[in-house]
Amino acid sequence: MIPFDYQPAENAEGAVATVARAPEATFLGGGTNLVDHMKLGLARPSLLVDVTTLPLDRIETLPDGGVRIGAGVRNSDAAAHPTIRERYPALAEALLSGASGQLRNLATTGGNLLQRTRCVYFQDVTTPCNKREPGSGCSALGGYTRYHAILGASSDCVAVHPSDMAVAMAALDAVVQVTGPGGQRDIPVVDLHRLPGDQPHRDTVLSHGDLITAVDLPPAPASRHSRYRKVRDRASYAFALVSVAAALDIEDGDVRAARVAFGGVSHKPWRARRAEDVLVEGPPTESTFWDAAEAELSDAEPLRGNEFKVPLARNTLVSVLREIVSEQR
Amino acid sequence: MTDLLRPHAVATPVERLDGPAKVTGTAPYAFDHAVPNPAYLHPLQAAVARGRVTDIDTRPAEELDGVLAVLTHRNAPRLASDEDAELAILQSDEVAFRGQFLGAVIAETPEIARQAASLVRITVDEQEHQVQLRADHRQLYVPEEVNPTFPTDTSQGDVDLAARDAAITVDERYTTAWYHNNPMEPHSTVALWQDATLTLYDSTQGAHPVRTAIAPVLGLDPEQVRVIAPHVGGGFGSKGTAHAHLILAALAARELPGHWVKFALTRQQMFSLAGYRTPTIQRVRLAADHEGRLSGIGVDAVEQTSRFKEFAEQTGIPARTMYAARNRRSTHRLAPLDVPVPSWMRAPGECPGMFGPEVAMDELATACGLDPIELRIRNEPHVDPESGKPFSSRNLIACLRDGAHRFGWDGRDPTPRGRRDGRWLVGTGVASSTYPVHYIPGSAATVRYLGEGRYRVEVSATDLGTGARTVLAQIAADALGVGVERIELGIGDTALPVATVAGGSSGTISWGSTIVEAARIFRHEYGDNPSEGDEAAGTTPENPAAERFAMRAFGAQFAEVRVHEDTGEVRVPRLLGVFAAGRIINPRTARSQLIGGMTMGLSMALHEESVLDPRFGHIVNHDFAEYHVAANADVGALDAHWIDEDDPHVNPLGAKGIGEIGIVGTAAAIVNAAYHATGVRVRELPVTLDKFLH
Amino acid sequence: MDAEITLRVDGRPRQCTVDTRTTLLDTLREHLGVSAPKKGCDHGQCGSCTVLLDGRRVTTCLAFAVAQNGAEITTAEGLAGDGEHPMQRAFLDHDGFQCGFCTPGQICSAVGMVDEARAGWPSAVTPDVAGSVDIDDLDDAEIRERMSGNLCRCGAYVNIVSAIREAAR
Repeated sequence: MIPFDYQPAENAEGAVATVARAPEATFLGGGTNLVDHMKLGLARPSLLVDVTTLPLDRIETLPDGGVRIGAGVRNSDAAAHPTIRERYPALAEALLSGASGQLRNLATTGGNLLQRTRCVYFQDVTTPCNKREPGSGCSALGGYTRYHAILGASSDCVAVHPSDMAVAMAALDAVVQVTGPGGQRDIPVVDLHRLPGDQPHRDTVLSHGDLITAVDLPPAPASRHSRYRKVRDRASYAFALVSVAAALDIEDGDVRAARVAFGGVSHKPWRARRAEDVLVEGPPTESTFWDAAEAELSDAEPLRGNEFKVPLARNTLVSVLREIVSEQR
Repeated sequence: MTDLLRPHAVATPVERLDGPAKVTGTAPYAFDHAVPNPAYLHPLQAAVARGRVTDIDTRPAEELDGVLAVLTHRNAPRLASDEDAELAILQSDEVAFRGQFLGAVIAETPEIARQAASLVRITVDEQEHQVQLRADHRQLYVPEEVNPTFPTDTSQGDVDLAARDAAITVDERYTTAWYHNNPMEPHSTVALWQDATLTLYDSTQGAHPVRTAIAPVLGLDPEQVRVIAPHVGGGFGSKGTAHAHLILAALAARELPGHWVKFALTRQQMFSLAGYRTPTIQRVRLAADHEGRLSGIGVDAVEQTSRFKEFAEQTGIPARTMYAARNRRSTHRLAPLDVPVPSWMRAPGECPGMFGPEVAMDELATACGLDPIELRIRNEPHVDPESGKPFSSRNLIACLRDGAHRFGWDGRDPTPRGRRDGRWLVGTGVASSTYPVHYIPGSAATVRYLGEGRYRVEVSATDLGTGARTVLAQIAADALGVGVERIELGIGDTALPVATVAGGSSGTISWGSTIVEAARIFRHEYGDNPSEGDEAAGTTPENPAAERFAMRAFGAQFAEVRVHEDTGEVRVPRLLGVFAAGRIINPRTARSQLIGGMTMGLSMALHEESVLDPRFGHIVNHDFAEYHVAANADVGALDAHWIDEDDPHVNPLGAKGIGEIGIVGTAAAIVNAAYHATGVRVRELPVTLDKFLH
Repeated sequence: MDAEITLRVDGRPRQCTVDTRTTLLDTLREHLGVSAPKKGCDHGQCGSCTVLLDGRRVTTCLAFAVAQNGAEITTAEGLAGDGEHPMQRAFLDHDGFQCGFCTPGQICSAVGMVDEARAGWPSAVTPDVAGSVDIDDLDDAEIRERMSGNLCRCGAYVNIVSAIREAAR
């Protein structure tokens, strides 16, 4: 780790201006990913601007009935918040399935979205990695792929995004509020993260100096009937092999709205629009669930060593949908 | 040895004497010792699996403020002995495995040391490497013996013939993974070189053994080395032998006399520098008649060693002793690879070596249509099958029966995939456990009367969580006829009388018997009314019975396993062990050791696997996020019991070791239960969810 | 680059100068002589370094000390006060440890976790996160899940769970 300067932020605009000015500066949130990366030599900032000092630690109800979660809200506080639990149970479940109690007390909403892949090669500076060092090659291809992508990968990168929270947010149509050098803007969570393509070093569409200030959750009846299911190698405290966030709005025996996203399968939280299309406007039957999973996963391209993720994703989705329906009966 | 110690304190659940210090965090582990003038070491490591260093540019590191020294093979002092190739570091430009020490930066702060280390530019002429264990490896060889001194191959009768003529055979290949011990406390040492003596606060399973190992390498007399290890944060074998970090720290301390050099391996570094359990490939053959009576047992184990130093895991050992059969065979073959040298990990030999055979026994039970407990009972030997010696005590059948009763085994429907609870498929399984009695000579103890009914008892034993500090005080109390509170025990320091390593489940019985001997001499010399300052010393007494008997502890483990029909997730809601291990010195700490071993066995069954990338030659999942050890949520209702076992032959305590038997057989019981739940037979550990998905 | 910080550690105000790169864990251990929190992994993957930071359980290895200026920290040593905390007594009664290295972290985590349950926080195994949660819902499955951020290689989990079950009453 190289020496760095530390500055507590006084206001969002000032923090953005400071970081935007200095190419080697970055924001510090809960630190649970950044400090990790600085120790491993993956991140080498010369200036940290601490944004946990900003008043971004509130959860508020919006005029339209949605909810705004400040970027500085700790994962544990978001998961424990009565409004989140009641209106967006999948989000609370996703938050609670991430990391550990101690880490959730540190990790922030903004930091969780921006955490980087846990690909073992990305995290090891002694192995080539296009995400860490563009052009050096992808070591995961032909290597250890258990935690790697089956959807949307490229020949340059097969890493997955590790967040649970972001998967639920993607399914729930959450929108990220960003303050950047050029002002404020909104980015739907589904558009925040990128597929790797030939630029795997770029995880998101954000530019240097962009600061996430909040995440807005829209009001939606289906959200109340949402679930998050995480399948992993340990019963707890492990990253997802596959996870599913799903919400169904069922009226008069038919699915009126469906929202589905997968985690652990792609470089970004994978919104499963094709599966949603199959589910909508029909009765929620077992065979529809299988069809929906099939529709989404027919293009899956597993790697040697993670073929099991295709049936796992399929089965997990069906299992979650089954559960949601049985709860609504 | 019929003159057993009369128990008063022994066999009672005395609370850990170091408990208050441990729960308040005030017990000092190696790195916790406050030292003046500390310096921090960060190592330089090889990033290739084989090659030669052609250049090391240390200048950028040396120019950094706060850097005290940079060591490489170019400026490191010559070592006095290179006999132990693992310890002979920085003596040449050769790279023998990825992660090998190539040098060290020592600095005023850990932050500076780490930064400086990252600035050193190492150029290596990379050579082709071989790191992957395969059963058909072209250079497989026959080691002279297997750990520690067992014959490599044994054979009686003809297993091939027995298999050919048998009504029923099992002939399968089972594999166990590459495992890392991963004690919670990283290997740490704090070293001071001053006035021609080296002092180490070290995280070790044996202060004296460490001294014996490193003194000749450094060209020192053992008396010039002091090793202090009052508390050790687990070891599981990985701190049982000296590893290279000790030499690196010592060389750095020699370079900086007067500085205490602090060096703790990072968790990542532990995956290449602190030992590990070799992966094993086991061909297991069982030949039996229709009633399940074995006529042949064969185990052929293939495992790895490093090219530069040999370690031969004794995987075939337990099959030599478990069940009766006229025709028997066990072999070990080693593949020499460009990898770190394997070493001890909790129950070397027995732990991996009971996996294959105990799953095979389950397969045989299925093939014979027999209950797996009944199958084991039918093959109970009357004497140790290979040596022909009687067992000093052997209560496997009692453990199986007691366990079956406690677990609710009776009436079990053997049909696989026959029970479910919602989406969970439910099954149960059983396997046997065994571990030898290692009574190791070579310790010494002193007993000194302090007056007012108090005694000071000293033996340089180690407590790495086993409870040694507590049970040795109990033993001393009974040997001296006083209460435990009257005993002041000194352990973990080479300034105290010599003690053997805390390994092989040998500590309590070997050190404890030594204390009993010292106390016997003390009472013989001074009677029941000693004067203050009276002192006597004793050494580990010989056990003449050791030649006449086969001595082992036995046990049985029962598992309930649930496999999710949709996701393949595997859970172990129940795990029960029943053991026969002689007299239990402290039921509280004994139960902890047994459930601890079983928990590690569960972890091995479900999670653990050090994943090698053959292209690079290293373990890629080298941290706790990726190398999964069981977390709290993975462990369900897990319990251990023991049966009363009176063994007058094993030692004056009547006790057998219990530190390792808990991990033996666990993985087989879980795999057998998973088969019962799903009908899928897993022969390759770990039992991960992908094995049930298709 | 150095920074001057003040912390309140186990009830005592402590001042020190730290490199901005120094973690809270290393500050406690190497600068302030507070060695109850242990370094088991240094990457937030084991929980051995857990303390209560302003009353909440956190790992200290992933926090820079400079960003915690003014914080109130309680370690296992501080929990004990002049004697022992009920959670520490329960760990002793149930032999909820062996080597003791993860133990200070386990105990701080357990104390923080019980407070979280009392505050009505759900967990990943709470059947209905939308429903209310109270301390009586803290069954073994809840304790196991909530304590999964503290690895114990000796395998004392069973006893840790029974210790916490008792202390939480």
